[in-house]
Amino acid sequence: MFISYISYTAWVYTDGTDTASVMSLQEQAGKSIYQKNNCTSCHQLFGMGGFLGPELTTVISDKNRGPVYARTFLQYGGARMPNFHFSKEEVDDVIAFLEYVDHNASTYKNDK
Amino acid sequence: MQALIKMINSMDHKKIGSLFIVLGLISLLIGLFFGSIGGLQYILPPFLKEQLAFQKTRPLHVYLVINFIFSTAAGCIYYFLPSATGRKLYSVKIGIIQFSLQLFILLIIVSFFFAGKFSGREYLEFPPWISLIILSSWILFMINFFKSIPLSFNHSPVYMWSWSTGLIFYFITMTEAHLWLLPYFNNNIVRDLTVQWKALGSMVGAWNMLVYGTSMFVMESISGDKTINKSKTAFFFYFLGLTNLMFNWGHHTYIVPSSHIVKDVSFIISMTELLILGKIIYNFRKSYIEAKLKYHHLPFRLLSFADGWIFLNLVLAIIISVPAINLYTHGTHITVAHAMGATIGINTMLLLGSVFFILDEMNEVMMERLKKYFSFAIVLLNISLLIFWVSLIGSGIAKSIDMQQKDLFAVIMDHLKPYFSVFTGAGIFVMTALFMILIPIFKTFFLYISGIKNKRLI
Repeated sequence: MFISYISYTAWVYTDGTDTASVMSLQEQAGKSIYQKNNCTSCHQLFGMGGFLGPELTTVISDKNRGPVYARTFLQYGGARMPNFHFSKEEVDDVIAFLEYVDHNASTYKNDK
Repeated sequence: MQALIKMINSMDHKKIGSLFIVLGLISLLIGLFFGSIGGLQYILPPFLKEQLAFQKTRPLHVYLVINFIFSTAAGCIYYFLPSATGRKLYSVKIGIIQFSLQLFILLIIVSFFFAGKFSGREYLEFPPWISLIILSSWILFMINFFKSIPLSFNHSPVYMWSWSTGLIFYFITMTEAHLWLLPYFNNNIVRDLTVQWKALGSMVGAWNMLVYGTSMFVMESISGDKTINKSKTAFFFYFLGLTNLMFNWGHHTYIVPSSHIVKDVSFIISMTELLILGKIIYNFRKSYIEAKLKYHHLPFRLLSFADGWIFLNLVLAIIISVPAINLYTHGTHITVAHAMGATIGINTMLLLGSVFFILDEMNEVMMERLKKYFSFAIVLLNISLLIFWVSLIGSGIAKSIDMQQKDLFAVIMDHLKPYFSVFTGAGIFVMTALFMILIPIFKTFFLYISGIKNKRLI
């Protein structure tokens, strides 16, 4: 059983998850800002995270939201969201990361 | 200072276990307090938004409740291990060092959360270097455990297997949860999230092994029947649990665009784990009727409530494991109901069952005297938790309907306010009931650990 577990794990680490593009340096910087500010407490990406804020997996391509909506909240906060006082460069990085996530959200676009 | 040194010198496995249990129960109370603040922030969004935002209250709540499960389970293992093996604990000193590390970890993580220093990883939101201390403390626990048990597992009861599995897999999954630090995992969102779900899903399986093992030992001790935990049925369910621990995590990843094989594997195996304990408790109840009914009344009552929670969570888990339903429930509070039902409903009832069993041994007089009081508080806890759980499901269903209608997020949150009010109110009652249960327990443990004999206090 343990051998099956090791084999399955090795497959998950490689072919099983080889379905997304690799992040650029700016997208990596955006992810790092997303994590350092614990955005996952309130927001979800692919179902992982809290529920106080909206799901962000497809925030960029969503017709009712889009990059301007995301940028506004990042710059000024909202009724529930604190103002994190991000610089313009940091906002650009987070938007780039969210664009990357959206680009790889094939399951959302097929199923919904 | 001298009193502290005297106390340390008088330590044995039971006192070390008691220290861990007290640490776990304090974590639970503080964790529930932050959970209540988080609940209020759902109803009143500006509440402490800048001073103690949800971004801080949620990790404080989650970490402290998880710490409750691990610390209390570790405490019960320390307390029961020599009785379970018939051998002395390998090292009391290692136990004391492990406890000191655990206390240090708790203080440092809470401080970092208050200061807003995060790794931003779900459930493990503290900076990753702290995990090195957590793993070091766990290695000490593993040394103490494996050096205290017989070399051969041939005739060991199932709870020894369960504890061993939980200890090993916690180490593996905690390490796996940090693979994101490597660019190969971090820079591919699908790989990162899938491996994170894999590690966390199996980690829950690992702590369940620790908690269930403890409950199985308690059941055996109450019923006096040593064959239960050596039966083929018990081992069949243990291996089924192990299979779940290894492979069922994928039901969290239906929406992640990884290979469909991950989803198929998890769907097939999914959620039979809760059946395992339900079956064992069911068997135990039959034999219990012939056992010492009156003396162990409260532990039995708690295990029976756990049985009920297993049933409710099993139904919910099966429903949300169906991909067509999961599509609508993911991203709603139905997922939270599943997690809360499992952590508070099942794990807390089981751990409290074990703690009450210990208290019966520690202070029979107090337990007898406070039986009605505890019974009332346990019922209050379960009713509040049921209301809490149902309101989370109601909120999840309402949100799912609103999402299908493409309502704006602010509109959805406005619609959900009545549900949020109910679950916050019920959450405060859960906290109150646990306060009622835990205050006399703390007093008893304090007297036991410090060695003070004062009948008036108890």
